[in-house]
Amino acid sequence: MRLIRTVGNWLDARLQLGSPIRQTMQHPIPRQTASWAYVFGSAAMTVFAFQVVTGILLALIYVPSAGEAWNSLQILNRQVTLGWFIRALHGWGSNFMLAIVLIHMVQVFLFGAYKFPRELTWILGIFLLLMTLGMAFTGQVLRFDQDAYWGLGIGASISSRVPVVGPLLVKLLLGGPIIAGATLSRFFAFHVFVIPGLLIASVGLHLLLVLKLGINEWPMPGRLVRRSDYMEKYHELTHTEGMPFVPNGIVKDAIFSGAILLAIAACALYFGPFGPSGQPDPRIIQTVPKPDFFFLWLYALLSLLPPAMETPVLLIGPAIALVILLALPFFSGEGEKSWRRRPIAVLTILLSAVTLGTFTSLADHAPWSPVMDASTAAAIPAKFVVGRTPIEVQGALVFQSKQCHNCHSLGDIGGKRGPALDAVAVRLTGDQLVRQVLQGGGNMPAYGKNLSPAQTAALVAFLETLHPSAQTPAREAARSDASLTAGIQP
Amino acid sequence: MSDPSRRQVVFKIAMLFNGAVGVLLAIPIVRYLFSPVSRGKKNGYDNWVSLGSVDEFPSGQTRLATYRNPIANASDGETAELPCWVRNIDGSRFQVFAINCAHLGCPVRWFPQSELFMCPCHGGVYYADGSRASGPPERGLFEYAFKVVDGKLQIRAGEMPTPGFSAANKNKTLIQIERQPPCA
Repeated sequence: MRLIRTVGNWLDARLQLGSPIRQTMQHPIPRQTASWAYVFGSAAMTVFAFQVVTGILLALIYVPSAGEAWNSLQILNRQVTLGWFIRALHGWGSNFMLAIVLIHMVQVFLFGAYKFPRELTWILGIFLLLMTLGMAFTGQVLRFDQDAYWGLGIGASISSRVPVVGPLLVKLLLGGPIIAGATLSRFFAFHVFVIPGLLIASVGLHLLLVLKLGINEWPMPGRLVRRSDYMEKYHELTHTEGMPFVPNGIVKDAIFSGAILLAIAACALYFGPFGPSGQPDPRIIQTVPKPDFFFLWLYALLSLLPPAMETPVLLIGPAIALVILLALPFFSGEGEKSWRRRPIAVLTILLSAVTLGTFTSLADHAPWSPVMDASTAAAIPAKFVVGRTPIEVQGALVFQSKQCHNCHSLGDIGGKRGPALDAVAVRLTGDQLVRQVLQGGGNMPAYGKNLSPAQTAALVAFLETLHPSAQTPAREAARSDASLTAGIQP
Repeated sequence: MSDPSRRQVVFKIAMLFNGAVGVLLAIPIVRYLFSPVSRGKKNGYDNWVSLGSVDEFPSGQTRLATYRNPIANASDGETAELPCWVRNIDGSRFQVFAINCAHLGCPVRWFPQSELFMCPCHGGVYYADGSRASGPPERGLFEYAFKVVDGKLQIRAGEMPTPGFSAANKNKTLIQIERQPPCA
C-alpha cells in the first residue's frame, strides 16, 4: 500500500491531475438528477468504449479487402476461438448503442435539456447521432456480404441523384467507377479512423459541456427557464441543495451501464453474430438485399414514396430535419422544460415513434417486393382449383407460370405487391379482367404481348371463379344475359 | 529587440508561412482524394469488353452474361466480375441491359415465362425491351452500347450505371438511353 501511495504521489507531483479529477468527480449535482432517467448518456458512452475495444479485437483478424473480407469473417465465425462471440458482441453493441443514443435524445428532448444554456451540448449531440448512424452504415458495409454489396449500390444510386455533383459523389463514395476493392478500403478508413476519431473528440466536448454547464435539473412544471436568472437558480440547486456526483449520482449510471453490457453479452451469446449473408459476388443475383434493422424504415420509405417525390424527399428531407433539430434550442431556448406542460413535444415524439415503427414493421415483410420464387415455390391452395373445369384449371396454370403469383396472393400465399385475388371476380367483370390483364395499369405490367388469346381466355376463366360462394361475381350492368342476372334474383 | 509591434509582425509572418505551407500540402492531398473523379475524366473508365461468343445468346432469348470490369485490381476479388442481361432480339439485333435496377441499383432478375424483369428490392418491373412496366423506377433499364467483333459480343462498360449519371450524360454513348419514353 505504501509503495502504491509513494508512486501515486510521485506521479501526481508531476502530472498534477489528482486535484482536478477529485474536483470533477465531486462536482455538485441537483438532488433529483440522481435518477434512472439520467443514465442513458453515460450508458451510450460506455457502449461506445465497448465498441472501440471489440472493434480493435475484430481488426486483429479482419481483412479489409474486397477479395478477402468475406472469408476473414468466415474464419472469425468458424475457426478463431470465440471469434463468433466477439463479432456478436460488436454487432449487438452497435444495435444497443444506436438504441441508447436515441433514448438519450428523447429523454433530453422531453426534459427540455436543450434549452439555455445547453444549446451547444444539444447541437454536438445531433452530430453524435449522425456519426453513430454513420458508424452503423459503414459497419454494415464492412460485413462485406451481399446485403453490403447491394446496399452500397443503393447508396451510390441515391448519391447520384444529387443535382450537378451527383456522378462525382458516386465516384468519391465508391472510390472508383464500380463497387470494388477501393470501396471497401475507404469504408474501412471511415469506420475505423475518421468517424471514431470525430466521435471521440465530439464525445469529449459533449462531456466537457455537461461538466461546465452542469447536468440538466429535473424539470418542474411551471419553473420556467429565463436567460436572466437561470444560472443563479441553477447554482442554488447545485451548491445549496445539491450533492456530489460521486458517489451519489454515479451509482445508477454504473449499475445501468453494467446491466447494458451484460444484456449485450446475453444477446451475443443467445442470438450469435449477424451474418455474413452470401458472398459479395455480383454474379449471384438470386438475392433479396435488405438493410439492417435501423435502416429498415428508410427501405420502406423508398418503396412507398411516389416516384416523382422520391428524389426531392431523399435529398431535401434529411436537410430539413437536420435544420429543425439544430435550430430547436434557438427558437425554443427558454420557457417551460417539463414534458407535462409541453404537449406538442410529447406528440412529436409519439408521432415520430409511430411513423418509424410503422415503416420498420412494414419493411419487415416488404409487401412492395414481388416474391421472386412464388411462381415456382408457392402453391395455389387446393380450394381454388378443386372442382374447376379444365379451362379454369388451365387458367390456374397460366396464373402460376406467368409469375402472376409473384405479385398477387391467393389464400394469403404469394406476393403482396398487387391486390390479393381471392375475391377478384366480385370487383371486376370478365371484360374488365381481360382489359386489366392485357393492358395492365394501376402499377401492373401489361401482359398483352405475352399471352396468347387462348391463355388469356383460360386465365380470365380462372379469375372469374375467384369469389366467395355467398357473393355473386361482378356483372356488366348493360348485359341482360339471363345466366348472369340469375345470381342476383331475390 | 522587444519592440511589441515588431513581435506582432514576426508572429504574423510565422503564421502566414505556416498557412502557405498548409496550402502547398493541401494541393496534392486534394488531388489524391479526388483521383477517382479525375482519373475517369482524363482517360475514361469505360472500355470494350467481351461477353463471349454470339452463339451463347440464342435468338429470341434473354440470358445472363458476365464480364470482368475493364478497370480491376487484385484486391477487388469477385466484385470485379459483373453480370448483365443480353437480349438477342432476332439473331442480329441485341440489347444489353445493366444488372442494376434504374431505381436504386439492386439486381433485376429475368422471368422468361412472363417476359419481365423484376427487382427484389422495391418492386420495379420492366418489359423484355427494358422499358419500365411498373414500380418505383422512373425510367427503363440502363443499356450498354454493343458491337459484334469476330463473332464475339462486346459491350462498352466500366462504370456502375446510376440514375443521376445517366441523366447527366444523355449525349454520351457509354450507356444508351432507352428508346421509348417510360410509361407514366
